[in-house]
Amino acid sequence: MSTTENRKQKTENVRIYLTGVGGQGTLLASRLLGEAALAAGFEPLVSETHGMAQRGGIVVSTVVLGDLKSPIISPGEADVLLGFEALETFRALNFCNRRTLVIANTGVIPPYTVAVGQAQYPPVSRLVALMSEAVDSLLAFDAGVLAREAGSPLAVNMVLLGALAATDYLPLSRESLLEVIRTRTNPKFLDANLTAFQKGAEVAENPGGWLGAIP
Amino acid sequence: MSELLADQPGERRLFLGNEAIVRGALEAGVRLAATYPGTPASEIGDRLYVVSRQTDLYFEYSTNEKVALEVAAGAAASGWRALCSMKHVGLNVAADALMTLGYVGVKAGMVIVSADDPSLFSSQNEQDNRYYAKLAGLPMLEPASPQEAKDMTRAAFELSEELGLPVMLRTTTRINHTRGAVTLGPLPSAPGKAGRFQKDPFNLVMVPAVARKAHARLVEKYDRAREQAEASRFNTITGEGPWGIAASGVAAAYVQDALLELGLKDKVTFLKLGFTHPLPAKLVGEFLARVEKVLVVEELEPFLEEHIKAVAQESGLTLPIHGKGRELFSRLYEYDPALVRGVVARYFGVPDEPGKALAPAGIFGQPLPDRPPNLCPGCPHRAMYYAVKIALQELGVEGIFPTDIGCYTLGLLPPLSMADFLICMGSSITTACGIARATGRKVVAFIGDSTFFHAGLTGLANAVHNNHDVLLIILDNGTTAMTGHQPHPGVTLTPPDYPGRPIDIAGVVKALGVEQSRVVNPFKYKESLAATKEAIAARGVRVLISQAPCHLYVQRIKGKKSKARFQVVDACGDCRHCLDYFGCPAMYVKPDAGVSQMFIDHDLCAGCAFCVQFCECIRPVKGSAR
Repeated sequence: MSTTENRKQKTENVRIYLTGVGGQGTLLASRLLGEAALAAGFEPLVSETHGMAQRGGIVVSTVVLGDLKSPIISPGEADVLLGFEALETFRALNFCNRRTLVIANTGVIPPYTVAVGQAQYPPVSRLVALMSEAVDSLLAFDAGVLAREAGSPLAVNMVLLGALAATDYLPLSRESLLEVIRTRTNPKFLDANLTAFQKGAEVAENPGGWLGAIP
Repeated sequence: MSELLADQPGERRLFLGNEAIVRGALEAGVRLAATYPGTPASEIGDRLYVVSRQTDLYFEYSTNEKVALEVAAGAAASGWRALCSMKHVGLNVAADALMTLGYVGVKAGMVIVSADDPSLFSSQNEQDNRYYAKLAGLPMLEPASPQEAKDMTRAAFELSEELGLPVMLRTTTRINHTRGAVTLGPLPSAPGKAGRFQKDPFNLVMVPAVARKAHARLVEKYDRAREQAEASRFNTITGEGPWGIAASGVAAAYVQDALLELGLKDKVTFLKLGFTHPLPAKLVGEFLARVEKVLVVEELEPFLEEHIKAVAQESGLTLPIHGKGRELFSRLYEYDPALVRGVVARYFGVPDEPGKALAPAGIFGQPLPDRPPNLCPGCPHRAMYYAVKIALQELGVEGIFPTDIGCYTLGLLPPLSMADFLICMGSSITTACGIARATGRKVVAFIGDSTFFHAGLTGLANAVHNNHDVLLIILDNGTTAMTGHQPHPGVTLTPPDYPGRPIDIAGVVKALGVEQSRVVNPFKYKESLAATKEAIAARGVRVLISQAPCHLYVQRIKGKKSKARFQVVDACGDCRHCLDYFGCPAMYVKPDAGVSQMFIDHDLCAGCAFCVQFCECIRPVKGSAR
């Protein structure tokens, strides 16, 4: 999984769907992917959710690279799903097909309906098991733990970017992502961000961590 | 310095569509810009504000869109290039000015950005504002990408000056909120000149005799605008083949991907329209003459479709032209690439292999729990809603709650359920009057502070003058929170060096003739409950101003967070009062804890200290400072 030789060509189309809950840093992650792609000579398109949806609701963004002109991703057509929260990752499976690469944070942010006992949060182990049957390649792990170990609980986005960068699904070098993290994120958290990125990469580099049939 | 001021022509930047619009305006030498914030247009104003603190650009957050449009029109009449931006429904507010501005015209370029919101991501309707261009007789451009958003904004200023008319730039959410590569052009090097107003009342003062001539002038300009559209680089025919597709806006991008993925690039003649009003009839006629059947791809209404069909009729062509219809496109909601590809494939009879989408609810075996948006922990609106709920309960009265547009509209959702009627900005107070008059019931209307200045003042004056019987609660959180904390005339806590002068809301209410009005702090529960009960029980026009700043905004401006934390000290049993009446997102129950008890998540708790005032089981965490 960790090889960097088989990188996709610049003209090859890659659609990345990011989903999470307000405050998790999905928009920054998609923006960094876009900036790295721009620096590498792509024509990236990054679509963001703004406004009403952000008050504790679901925040979705998409990154599209290649020859494509459409900024958004249709159901079933994501090449990569980067999920920041367990339930939201599962909910976004309709943007995936069997061959979609899914990188899922198993961390949980209970929706209000669950918090007050009106609904039940599905057991994460069940969500992960169902996802691993539904897609060929799934990397599911607690990115929050790694972010805290790296020194910033908010660095979940960096952990997930690190994991994505360590796969060969991204037509970008790991260094190009590290470069935008260095130049575009808060210097106060830079060390934690870089460590978090590295920890995410290490998880993805361990073949034993992958579920489903690894490509 | 703002990235939008980078003077490096030829460089590529990853700009949001809204940022690209600002950059285009700056490259065109815009001198004045005005807006009222509204998603999906808000970032245009926010970036312009930042630029205005660093350059000689004049920018203002106006009290509403009509004001913004008129301020811009005055500047454009005085030789300054001017821009005003708003969300689609904002143009309804500005429509009175818009409809006659074409008669008066402009001396320097003026661009009106209308940001439509197909799928209603954050709006009360999904009207198609392209009809405004037609209704007002104004030229209109529709970008399909951030790069086009920049190029078209710049070009719109030139076009506006050539025609002496304001030009509409019509975007949709997907353009406003998409980042894409934008190549920078040069910024003007010469400093801007002082504006000059040339008196010309018999062309500029729209009394009937003048307006009759002015309307004729506008109609003549329509023909000139159409010639411009014929020659515009934003309208192109590419590819060749007997099948024709015409599209505009982001739908044109979906078409391009569909042609690529269906392998139809050599079979389809593609008319991509960017200058969409007036429609270039000759170019459309040329396109129609080259093809055998046509599919029109545009989100929302059949604006292009109807125009194109009219051109076909005038040209004596009878080829099939379709867009909206069964098995074709809907007039509802935004499109997506696969949806467009599917219709293109069906219409022209070619195979399409859509990705086999997984079905999460099916895989899970039951519906997944929803995640609706919610008022934040520490939100003053929730505290005020709670006081009203309890006051009504203690008085044994059922209230009707017309509400308004802002974060507090989320009070619609349970457990608050404090919204019964909403149409548009300012409608809380006015519809309350009608409901109270017709039913004789207790009507409590809610309006935010920014919305109050936007569209509430006239409604309140009307309520007083016509002796209505309503209670208006102004939820004054000191900012325009929903759209990203923009200032408004009532704000006192502002970003450093914000030049706006604050207007006291309580003074305005009093000056409008309200005799029963009070300011309450919603976080002082006893006080706000007593004031609310008194206000509900009284008759006539009563106003309560619930005054406490948006907790997120205070954090942003002051960089400080309350450290106070609260906890539930006893097993509180099956009471659930806090969950059923207050519903703070920091509160939760542990279904498997073995005890019936509510808990408070200290990471989410904002330390507002409200719940501690109504529940004896909640106590401060020792050592957590206020």
